Amino acid sequence: MHTARSRKAVLPLAALSAMALTLSACGGNSEEPSGSAAAADCSAYESYGTFDGAEVSVYSTITDTEQDKLEQSWVPFEECTGIDVVYEGSNEFETQLQVRAQAGNPPDVAIIPQPGLLAAQARAGNLKPAPQEVSDLVDENWSADWKAYGTIDGTFYAAPMLASVKGYVWYSPTAFKDKGWEVPQTWDEMMALTKTIADEGTMKPWCAGFESGDATGWAGTDWIEDALLRQAGPDVYDQWVNHDIPFNDPQVADAFDAVGDILKNEDYVNGGIGDVRSIISTSVDDGGLPVIDGSCAMHHQATFQAANWPEGTNVAEDGDVWAFITPGQEAGASAITGGGEFVAAYTESEEVSAYLQFMASPEFANKRVEQGAAISANKGLDPALATSELDRQSIELLQSEDTTFRFDGSDLMPGAVGANSFWSGVVEWINGKSTKEVVDSIEASWPSD
Amino acid sequence: MEDVGDKLVQVVIALAIFAAIIALIMLLVDRAPKTFRDKATIIGFLAPAVVLLAIGLIWPAIQTTYLAFTDRNGAPNGVDNFVWMFTQPEALVTLRNTLLWVVLVPLMSTGIGLAYAVFIDRARGEKALKALVFMPMAISMVGAGVIWKFMYTYRGAEREQIGLLNQILVWLGGESKQFLLDAPENTFFLIAVMVWIQTGFAMVILSAAIKGIPTEIVEAARLDGASAWQQFFSITIPSIRGALIVVVTTITIGTLKVFDIVRTMTAGNFETSVVANEMYTQAFRAGEPGRGAALALVLFLMVLPIVLYNARQLKKQREIR
Repeated sequence: MHTARSRKAVLPLAALSAMALTLSACGGNSEEPSGSAAAADCSAYESYGTFDGAEVSVYSTITDTEQDKLEQSWVPFEECTGIDVVYEGSNEFETQLQVRAQAGNPPDVAIIPQPGLLAAQARAGNLKPAPQEVSDLVDENWSADWKAYGTIDGTFYAAPMLASVKGYVWYSPTAFKDKGWEVPQTWDEMMALTKTIADEGTMKPWCAGFESGDATGWAGTDWIEDALLRQAGPDVYDQWVNHDIPFNDPQVADAFDAVGDILKNEDYVNGGIGDVRSIISTSVDDGGLPVIDGSCAMHHQATFQAANWPEGTNVAEDGDVWAFITPGQEAGASAITGGGEFVAAYTESEEVSAYLQFMASPEFANKRVEQGAAISANKGLDPALATSELDRQSIELLQSEDTTFRFDGSDLMPGAVGANSFWSGVVEWINGKSTKEVVDSIEASWPSD
Repeated sequence: MEDVGDKLVQVVIALAIFAAIIALIMLLVDRAPKTFRDKATIIGFLAPAVVLLAIGLIWPAIQTTYLAFTDRNGAPNGVDNFVWMFTQPEALVTLRNTLLWVVLVPLMSTGIGLAYAVFIDRARGEKALKALVFMPMAISMVGAGVIWKFMYTYRGAEREQIGLLNQILVWLGGESKQFLLDAPENTFFLIAVMVWIQTGFAMVILSAAIKGIPTEIVEAARLDGASAWQQFFSITIPSIRGALIVVVTTITIGTLKVFDIVRTMTAGNFETSVVANEMYTQAFRAGEPGRGAALALVLFLMVLPIVLYNARQLKKQREIR
């Protein structure tokens, strides 16, 4: 009897102690940084003031390793000001933010990656205009284009945070060298290279993955935008984004077809994964991995793809992977699409204002960029801090006056298109529908004002 | 841990306020003048529920109804949202899929559940067999969606399969298939998940009803030489008719509201969207609350007759007893 009873007690006890361990582990974790960096220099943070027990809740799309790096970059700010930044990242951010705002339970600060959503939230009266100090910082550190994206109906709401340059084509320099392939300088050269690789037959030239939960398809919209900006130029691009030309304009259809020549050709995709349609069932994070194992030659993705490579991958011009900007019609054309986040406030308080100022400052940009896999268009950012050659190039590209920079089009369109029918349209297009059917149905879904 | 402490205090305070209000109502009802006491009792005890229902259910329903006739800026736009719903091809697909779900899920769940209940009735190991089929009921719809997404996972022919169904296809010498991408059959693969969950519910209720059939009737039928089929159609079915109706209507209502499975498995892509999923997508992702509300209203109108029928059936059964 005695042994039986004690055995019964073992399991719950074990479970309890395991739970206690996990709990204490959780508790310990958050305390850890303060000990190690207690001696950090607080002089750069004096202007924000000090707060006792203040808390700022932050909500955003950034998760996993990028989240860890983001949180690390404001640790000194937290220590020097005493503000506790409570961060929450979610893959369902776009929908949940609206749900929370409508339910009267918004975060103090949201880091919004779509100017369209930012504008909608501002027009719905949910956002607080940015404090004057933040506006001044943005005037100092960003180009007028970037400030305009955070300004809605003449009121400045949100400072830009990080940036990404879209439209890189990732490839394996080793494979290119072994096979004698050259990095293409024009779109035509890229198509010729694609054909060469397919004819040689050792690997398929392209691989892609568009699956991303209920945002499935966004990676495909980047492809279309790159093609349109390069083929039709920035003016047509702006007209398209603002719906001054219809979505089913022939120039837009041409951009779809140019991308379709690659993504809808069974001989060209989906290297190491499967057929054309496997693009929409492969996750965005996994779409580029075949480049590493030599079953796919090229993968189209923004700078943040650098974070998706397995640990230990050497990202360098002579390393495991490297990237070139999707070429334009002519060699050397520097028209790039990109994205970025905006830091918008839902509540007004001293600590929120301090946090917003910090996020717009060069200190934050430098702190975040030196941890790798991030870039910013902040002019106060020192490009030398970038951890990779690619990031350094991208930062210089963003800071340069000669670059034609256009924001990711789907992020600028109304939500009904940019975060719904454009995504699902691309999904249906890859799944077999014709270009005409898809652009017509997206045009039909454009909300009338 | 401070958080937990705070929450506990809040719970205690809320419970205390609740108890105080109830006590107050009871006191007032008890003190009411004799002539008025019966009415006071009824009003006193119904009022809190009515007030809460009005705040939590009736007012939002009225608001949603109003929203259904507005555009995304909140300005009234007549029946535009309904015109959109019944003309746009995507919206029509949504309605068609919902119809498929509503017809197939109750029929299949109840059919399979009933057959299973009859076959294992008084069989050896009945409890274990029942538990097997009932277990999926314990899994949330989202959980089931994730599990089945893995079941259907596709890998190209040159790669190793990780989805069970595709692995079986490959073992049998076939080619792996994109189960979730091919319309219209992908809707049926999603429906299978709901059937997998609901069959257990149907089986348990129907099995209990079958056990409730008086043995005299069954024995009399046997003595009269009724075959197994005759027994099933002339004795079993009529005897459990009430339970059957309750099961079918309950599953139908659950199916009309299905959202989690579609959202986790395809997010409404590939022509698999249903009304509830489209309602959420339109209202919260596309920023078209009017369209979302219109879809919600249509969903409500679709559920309403079934709820009324279900309620009347329950009432009738109670009268018989």
